[in-house]
Amino acid sequence: MSLRSPLGRARGLGSAKSGTGHFWMQRLTAIALVPLALWFAISVVGLSGADYATAKAWAGRPVNAALMLLVLLTAVWHAILGVQVVIEDYVHGGAAKWFGLIATRLLGGFLAVFMAVSVLKVAVGG
Amino acid sequence: MVEFALPANSRVQPGKVHKAPAGATRVKVFKIYRYDPDAGANPRLDSYEVDLDTCGPMVLDALLKIKNEVDSTLTFRRSCREGICGSCAMNIDGSNTLACLKPIEDIQGEARIYPLPHMPVVKDLVPDLTVPYAQLASIKPWMQSQTPPPPDRERLQSPEEREKLDGLWECILCFCCQTSCPSYWWNGERYLGPAVLLQAARWIHDSRDEYTGERLDALEDPFKLYRCHTIMNCTRTCPKGLNPAKAIGSIKEKLVERRF
Repeated sequence: MSLRSPLGRARGLGSAKSGTGHFWMQRLTAIALVPLALWFAISVVGLSGADYATAKAWAGRPVNAALMLLVLLTAVWHAILGVQVVIEDYVHGGAAKWFGLIATRLLGGFLAVFMAVSVLKVAVGG
Repeated sequence: MVEFALPANSRVQPGKVHKAPAGATRVKVFKIYRYDPDAGANPRLDSYEVDLDTCGPMVLDALLKIKNEVDSTLTFRRSCREGICGSCAMNIDGSNTLACLKPIEDIQGEARIYPLPHMPVVKDLVPDLTVPYAQLASIKPWMQSQTPPPPDRERLQSPEEREKLDGLWECILCFCCQTSCPSYWWNGERYLGPAVLLQAARWIHDSRDEYTGERLDALEDPFKLYRCHTIMNCTRTCPKGLNPAKAIGSIKEKLVERRF
C-alpha cells in the first residue's frame, strides 16, 4: 500500500529522455529487412540442390558475402529490439526483467558474431 | 509478469434475473455487471428484461429506466446525455463507448454492459479514474508561454495553425480509448495511454504554446510514450470519431524530426 499522491505516481521517475533511437532503429531495420529478406529468399531458392563447392563459390563473391552479413546482422539487431519490447511489455520489474533484457543483448551479440564468423569462414576460408 | 486472468475474488458470477412486466411485447435483455464493494462478494452479472416500447432509444435510456423503475441500486455515471460530458463511458456489447450515444437497436441479442475495462471498480459501472486523471495532470494540459498575451486582445493564430488542432480539441476525456488499449492494461502505471497522449499532442501542436520542446522532453520515454504499438483499439473505439493513434504518431514524428 502506498500513500503517495496520484500525481506523484503518474510522474514517477520522470522521463528517461530516450526511446526515440530504439523506435527509429526498429523501423529502419524493418524497412531494410524487406529487400534483404527478399534477396536472401531468392538466393536460397537459387542454391537449392547445389553442392557445397557451388555454395562456397557463391558466398565467396564479395557482394553475396556482404549482403549475407547485412541480412544476419540486421535481423539479429531487429530481433533484439523486438524482444526487448516484448519483455518490457509483459515482464514487470524484478530480476526476471533485468535478466531477460541483459540475456537478450548477450545472446543477440553472440549470435551476430557467431553467424558473421560462419559466413566469413565459408566465404574466405580455406 | 502481467496477469492474464482475473483474481479469484474478481471473477464474475451469474446474478439475479429481473423479469419484464406482464404484457411486454418487445423485450430486450440487458446483462449488467454489478459489484458492491461493501457486500464482500464477487461481482455478478444481473439480467434485466426491458420493454423497448416504453424505453428511449439509447442504452443510457435503458439504464435510467432500470434505475428508475426496476432496481434503484444500479450505479453508473451520467450527465449530459448527448455525448459531450463523457460521464457514461462503459463497455457495451464488447466495445467501450458512451451509453448515451449507443443505440439499443445496434446491439444484436442480449446487451452486455460492463464498466470500462482494467480499471479498479468503485461500484457497478463506475470505474476509478484517479490514475488517468493524474496522468492527464502530469502532461500539463494548459497553455504555457513566456511571452505575455497582448494587452488588448487574445493570442492570435492563423487559420492554418488552428487547423492543426482539429481532431484533438474535440476529445471529451471519457477514457474509452485509454481503457481499450492493451498496452495501457499491462503498463497503466507507466504508459500515459492514448487519451492523455492525445491531449499532449493537442498542446504540442498549438502554435501559441512555447514549451513544445519541454513537452517532448517529458514524453520521450520508453514507457510514457513508446508503449504505444499502434494497436489502434483507441481509434476504433473512440465514440467521438477521433484518432488517438494518429495523434501519438504525430508526437513520435516530432521526436524523430528534432534529432535530424
